[in-house]
Amino acid sequence: MSGVKRVAGWVLAFVGVAVALLLAIRILTQSLDLFDGLFNDPNKASTIDLFTEALYIGIAAMGLNILTGYNGQVSLGHGAFFGVGAYTSAILMFDHGWAYLPTLPVAGVICLFVGVLVGIPALRVKGLYLALVTLGLSVVFPDLTKRFVNGTGGTNLLSLKTEQISPPDWYDWFADPIADPLTDYVGSRDQWAFWLSFVIAVITLLCVWGIARSRFGRALIAVRDHEAAAVTVGIDLARVKVSAFAISAFFAGLAGSLSVLVSRLANAGKVETFQLSILLLVAVVVGGTATVWGPIIGAFVVVFAQDWIGEQETLTDLLDAERAKLLSPALFGIALIIMMYVLPDGIVGGARRGLRALRRPRAAPSDA
Amino acid sequence: MDQFLQHLMNGIEAGVIYASLALALVLIFKTTGILNFAQGEMALVSTYFTWKLAEWGLPVWVAILVSVGVSFVGGALIERVVIRPVEQSSPLVIVIVTIGLFLALNSLAQVIFGTDAHLMPRAYPNESWDLLGVNVEADTLVLIAVLAVECVVLWYLLQRTKVGLALRGVASNPESSRLVGVPVGSMLMFGWGLAAALGALAGSLVVPTTAGLTAGSMQSILVFAFAAAALGGFDSPLGAVVGGLIVGVAQSLTTAYVDWLNDIEIIVPFGLILVVLLIKPAGLFGKVRVERV
Amino acid sequence: MTLLEVAELRAGYGPVQVLHGVDFSVNEGEVVVILGANGSGKTTTLRALSGILPARGTVRFEGRSIGGQRPEKTAQGGIAHVPQGRGTLTDLTVEENLRLGAYCRRDSRVDRDVGYWYEVFPRLGDRRTQPGGSMSGGEQQMLAIARAMMSNPKLLLLDEPSLGLAPIITQELFRVLSKLNASDGLSMLVVEQNAGLALGIATRGYVLESGSIAVSGSAAELAADDDVRKAYLGI
Repeated sequence: MSGVKRVAGWVLAFVGVAVALLLAIRILTQSLDLFDGLFNDPNKASTIDLFTEALYIGIAAMGLNILTGYNGQVSLGHGAFFGVGAYTSAILMFDHGWAYLPTLPVAGVICLFVGVLVGIPALRVKGLYLALVTLGLSVVFPDLTKRFVNGTGGTNLLSLKTEQISPPDWYDWFADPIADPLTDYVGSRDQWAFWLSFVIAVITLLCVWGIARSRFGRALIAVRDHEAAAVTVGIDLARVKVSAFAISAFFAGLAGSLSVLVSRLANAGKVETFQLSILLLVAVVVGGTATVWGPIIGAFVVVFAQDWIGEQETLTDLLDAERAKLLSPALFGIALIIMMYVLPDGIVGGARRGLRALRRPRAAPSDA
Repeated sequence: MDQFLQHLMNGIEAGVIYASLALALVLIFKTTGILNFAQGEMALVSTYFTWKLAEWGLPVWVAILVSVGVSFVGGALIERVVIRPVEQSSPLVIVIVTIGLFLALNSLAQVIFGTDAHLMPRAYPNESWDLLGVNVEADTLVLIAVLAVECVVLWYLLQRTKVGLALRGVASNPESSRLVGVPVGSMLMFGWGLAAALGALAGSLVVPTTAGLTAGSMQSILVFAFAAAALGGFDSPLGAVVGGLIVGVAQSLTTAYVDWLNDIEIIVPFGLILVVLLIKPAGLFGKVRVERV
Repeated sequence: MTLLEVAELRAGYGPVQVLHGVDFSVNEGEVVVILGANGSGKTTTLRALSGILPARGTVRFEGRSIGGQRPEKTAQGGIAHVPQGRGTLTDLTVEENLRLGAYCRRDSRVDRDVGYWYEVFPRLGDRRTQPGGSMSGGEQQMLAIARAMMSNPKLLLLDEPSLGLAPIITQELFRVLSKLNASDGLSMLVVEQNAGLALGIATRGYVLESGSIAVSGSAAELAADDDVRKAYLGI
C-alpha cells in the first residue's frame, strides 16, 4: 500500500509543480511582454527550436547523469531510449489517433520498463564492457525500427501532421496564437513545444535534486565508489543499479517524446542514434558529472556551440561553403578536447573550484 | 554443403577484417588501459595517406609501408599531444577526448581528401581460386596471413621482450613501473604508435576489398571490431582474433540461413556479446583480475 | 662518506604543504630510519625524494643534485623505492615483476639474480608463474623488496615494510634487510611505525613531527630517549 501512496504522492507533486510553473509562465508572458522579441517573431522560430532542443537534450542528459554520474555506469545507448520515446509518441498519434499530451507519460513509462529490461543483464557487465553492450543498443535500435515500424514509403520514418503536434485548446489561455498569413507561421506551436519542454526540464531538475539528496542518491554514489563496501552496509546492489537504469531511461523517453514536437517526426538513423548517445554523454561530462545543474548547462553549451560553430562566417570566407560545413564537426571535436583539458570536472565542477579558490585566499606558508 | 562452406568462407573473410582492427583496439587497451574510440578514424586517415601515396605513383606495397611508418609516428604524437594532458583524469574524460578526436579526424579527412569515394588499389593481383567447390579470394588469404604474422610478432613483443614487459608493466601499475626506471611516457607513446601502425595496415588492406574509400569506411568495421574485442576479452590479442572470426561467421551464417533476421542481422554480434559477457564478464579470453586487498 | 644529503626539503599535495623544510643525510653503508606518527610526512618525504611528488629544496645523491628529477631518472641513478602498499604489478607474474625490476640494467646477470632472490625468498620461487596480485600481503612485500633489489641499487628506500603484516613475517623481513646491509653494505632509508624493529637494524634515526625533523641521533640514543620511548616504543 505504501508503495502506491508514494507513487500517488510523486504524481501529485509532478502535477502540482507543473500547474505552478504554467501559472508562472502565464503571468510572465502575458503581463510583461518579456519574451515578445524572441517568441513572437517569425524570423526567430529556429532560435526557439534551438532552445527547445537544448531543453530536451538537457532532460535526457539529466537522466543519464543519474546512471553515469551518480551511479558510475557508462551508457552509450541512451540515444536508443530517446528513440523509443519518440517512436512511442509518434506511433500512438500516427496509428491510434491519440492527442500528443497523453503520449508523453506513456513514452516515459515504456522506456522505464525497457530500462529495467536492459538494466538486469547490465548487472553482470561492468565498465568498459557495459559501455560496449549499450553501444550495441544504439546500433541495433535503428535496424529494429526499420523492421517493425511501417512508416512513410516503407521506411522507418513517421512524419506527423501539423494538427497532431499543435497545442491543446486550453493552451490558448496562456498565449494568443500568433499567425502570420504571409509565411504560414503559427508561433504558438513553437512556444508550446518550448514551454512544455521547459516545464518538464524544471521537474526533471527537481527530481535529480531530490534524488541526489535522498537515501537512494547516497546508495547510488556508494555503489559507484565501492561496490563491495556498499553491499556490506546493506545496500541492495541489483535494485539500486537497475533502478538507476530505469530512471535514466524514463527521462530519455520523455526527452525523445518532446523531440517529436520540434522535428515533427520520429526517425532513427544508425549514425544519428549513435551521435545522440554520444551527445548526451558529452553534455553530462561538459556540464559536470554527478552535479544537479551540470547536464542541463552542458546541454545548452553543446547544442548552442554546435549551432554557433556551424554558422561561423569566417570559415566560409576561408574555405568554400561545402568544406566549411565539413569542418564544423572537427572544430566541435577540438573544442571538446580543449574543454576537457581546461575543465576536466565540467563547467559546474570548474565553477565550484573557482569559487572555493576565491573564498579562501592562498594560505601563507607557515615556516616559522 | 558447398553452399555452407562458401558462407563459412565469406564469414571468415569478414571476420579477419574485424579482427585486424580489433587487434589495434586491444593493443591500446592492453598497454594504456584506454578504449580508443578514434581508432577507426586514425586508421581512416592512414588509409587515405596510403591511397594518396599510391596515387602519386608509389608502388602499393611501398605506399603501405611508408603509411605504416608515418602512422606509427602520428599515433605516438597523438598520445603525447592529445591524450597526455588528460592521462590522470577519470576514464569518462578520456573517453570524451577520444570521441573529440574521432569527430576531428573524420571531418578533417573529408576536408582534406574530399567526400567522393576513391578506388583503393590492391597490393597484389585480385585472384580467386576454386578449392573443393568453395571460392577463395586472394584478399582473404592475404588478410589471414598478415593477421597471423601480426599475432606472432605481437605475442613475441609483449611476452618475450623487455619493451613488451615494460609496456605491460605500465598498463598494470604505472607508478611502480616508474619507480623501477621505466620511462612511462615513452612507453605510452610506443603503445599508441604501434596501434596506429596496425590500424594503418588493416585499413590499407581492408578498404580495397570494399566498394571504395570514403569517410565512413571505417565506422561500421569499428563497431564490429568493438564487438570482436569485447567478445574475446579486451586484454587478449588472441581473443580479438577469435572474437572477430566468431562475429564474421555468425553474421554470414545468420544472413544466409535465418530469414526472420533479415535487415536486423546486426542483432547477432551484439546478442553474442551479451550472452558471452553474461557468462564470462571479461570476455572469452580476458583475465578476470584477481586482487587481494 | 655522505651518500644522500637532503636540505630544506618542502613538498605537499596541491595547496596543502606537508614538509616544511626537512634536513637529513644517509652515509654509505648506513641504515637510517625515519620515525613519526601518522601524517607527520614520512611517506611524503620518500615520494619527494624519488620524484613522484614535486618538491623544493636540495637533494644531493653521490654529490650530484637530483632534486626535481623524474622518478624514472632517480631509479636509473641507483635509488630503488619500495612504495607503501607494495606497488605490486598485479597482472604480471612474480617472475615478470622481478624482471621488470631489472629494467635499467644492461648486464647479462639478470637470470642469475632472479634465481638468487628465489633463494632468499623461497616462497616467491614457488609462485613464480602466478600473477603478483594473487599473493598474500607478506609475499607481496617480499616481492616488492626483491623487485627493487633487482635494479642493483646503491640506496634502498623502504616505506613502512611492516604495514599490515603478521609480526612473524615482519621479523623475517627485517632479518633479511639487516643481512643485506651487513653482507652487501647496502645503504637504506627506512620509514617505519614499528620503531622497535626499525631501530634494531638502524645506524641512525630521525623523528619527523608535523613535517620537520624534531629529534635526531644514533639508533641507540633514540632508543634511549624518553620522549621517543614514550611516543613510538610504547614503553
